[in-house]
Amino acid sequence: MRSEYILKLLEKNERLDGRKLDEFRKITIEKNPIKRAEGSARVKIGKTDMIVGIKMEFGEPYPDTPNSGVLMTDAEFIPLAHPEFQTGKPGEDPTEAARVIDRGIRESETIDVEKLCIEKGKKVWTVYVDVYPLNHDGNLIDAGSLGAIVALKCTKIPSVDKDGNVDRENLKGSLPIVHTPITITIGKVMDKMIVDPIFEEEEVLDCRLCVATTEEGKVVSMQKIGVGVLTDDDVDEMIDIAIEKGKELRKLVEDGKKTVKQKTKTNKSRKS
Amino acid sequence: MMKTDEKMIVNGKRLDGRKPDEMREIKMEVGVIPNADGSAKVSFGKTTAIAAVYGPRKLFPRHKQKSDTGIIQYNYDMATFSVDERKRPGPGRRETEISKVSRLALEPVLFLKDFPKTTVDVFIEIIEADGSTRVTAINAASLALADAGVPMRDLIVGLSGGMVNGVPIIDLCGKEDNYCDADVPIAFLPNKNEITLLQMDGRLTPEETKSIVRNVLHAGKEVYKKQVEALKKKYSE
Repeated sequence: MRSEYILKLLEKNERLDGRKLDEFRKITIEKNPIKRAEGSARVKIGKTDMIVGIKMEFGEPYPDTPNSGVLMTDAEFIPLAHPEFQTGKPGEDPTEAARVIDRGIRESETIDVEKLCIEKGKKVWTVYVDVYPLNHDGNLIDAGSLGAIVALKCTKIPSVDKDGNVDRENLKGSLPIVHTPITITIGKVMDKMIVDPIFEEEEVLDCRLCVATTEEGKVVSMQKIGVGVLTDDDVDEMIDIAIEKGKELRKLVEDGKKTVKQKTKTNKSRKS
Repeated sequence: MMKTDEKMIVNGKRLDGRKPDEMREIKMEVGVIPNADGSAKVSFGKTTAIAAVYGPRKLFPRHKQKSDTGIIQYNYDMATFSVDERKRPGPGRRETEISKVSRLALEPVLFLKDFPKTTVDVFIEIIEADGSTRVTAINAASLALADAGVPMRDLIVGLSGGMVNGVPIIDLCGKEDNYCDADVPIAFLPNKNEITLLQMDGRLTPEETKSIVRNVLHAGKEVYKKQVEALKKKYSE
């Protein structure tokens, strides 16, 4: 069986595609592929392909934060991306993914929301972050989070015309982004910890922990995903991995250009 | 996290007079819903959750049945009057997520493979909410499952930790939940110290995060004792 084979490899600290346990697949980042969006990003991690679009709309502030813009994150796992994805209202998995991606941005206070007030207590900008996997080969949350921060960083705010309508022809400057949160999902199976699991690896994991960290080295969000248990020592180790790998991915975001990670040659020839 | 100028800790005391590592008054009662196979009501201060367990029972629609195992379904719901501003009835995105992580928090303690084609249904109603509702609900679910006689590896304890004004705390109330530096709801198997639910929101150093997890596991032993007492109370009567 395929899953038994994956486990056997992991026991030897090896993986199907020849990566090390703590190694990501090749990541490519494309900025602003969607011209109609206020900001967008396409992130590929191996065969996982994710597109994130940002739209800015007028909204009402929450009563307890009358001067602050609003962040809304949604994810749709559309059926074109995977045979198991179904049409219809977002179910549990996309809802959870959207909320985990959202919290990485929200809790790190990445968007300076007070700069998004148009009319105190009445009208603010709502920033809609919409996440669509185009091809699902595992690790959707890391890819979605990465896409979200890249897209937010290249988002332009529309202007408000003299009649008070959104004017997307005349953009007014960049969305105020003050942090670079990165979410890293660490999978646990047996006593092994791996990052960036492909879909088949996700199937054999006991569970995963998503950890979002900032450039200041702070932990801003965690979420255990899946059945299975973690010890306190596991959590310690996963946090440490998230900080380290977070630094690596953050470099890709901050470099800004399309970045290709060096490939490792080991075990390249293995077939299963 | 929302911001406030109000101090959450004054002279080492929290808003409700508690010490940082002190839990609210905990009440647990087993067997509160006669129709259910098992049920329980659990309060941490002004947060109250009722759990009812039905099953293992035959799962319908039939196409959802699994021939090699039973499944668990978990439905977390908040009453409209449980919060200050009336909550819209029915599940939103928050409820969907909580139901998912809670179901997965309970699944490792059950022997579902022994009950193919069935479901264990856990229904949660939060009737009063003052923070830490999802972990309060987990405690109620743990007791309700035990009350239903569903075979379990261990009981399951839910407890939140967090930090306010730079001080690590246990069992967040609603206001602390809103204005804390971080909150960390956890569910775990008390006899094996295995974590089955872990979430965190806020802003902490890695060291702070790790120590809060350990604080919760430690303080949770007390919650476990209360669960055992509550079960004994019902079955000794």
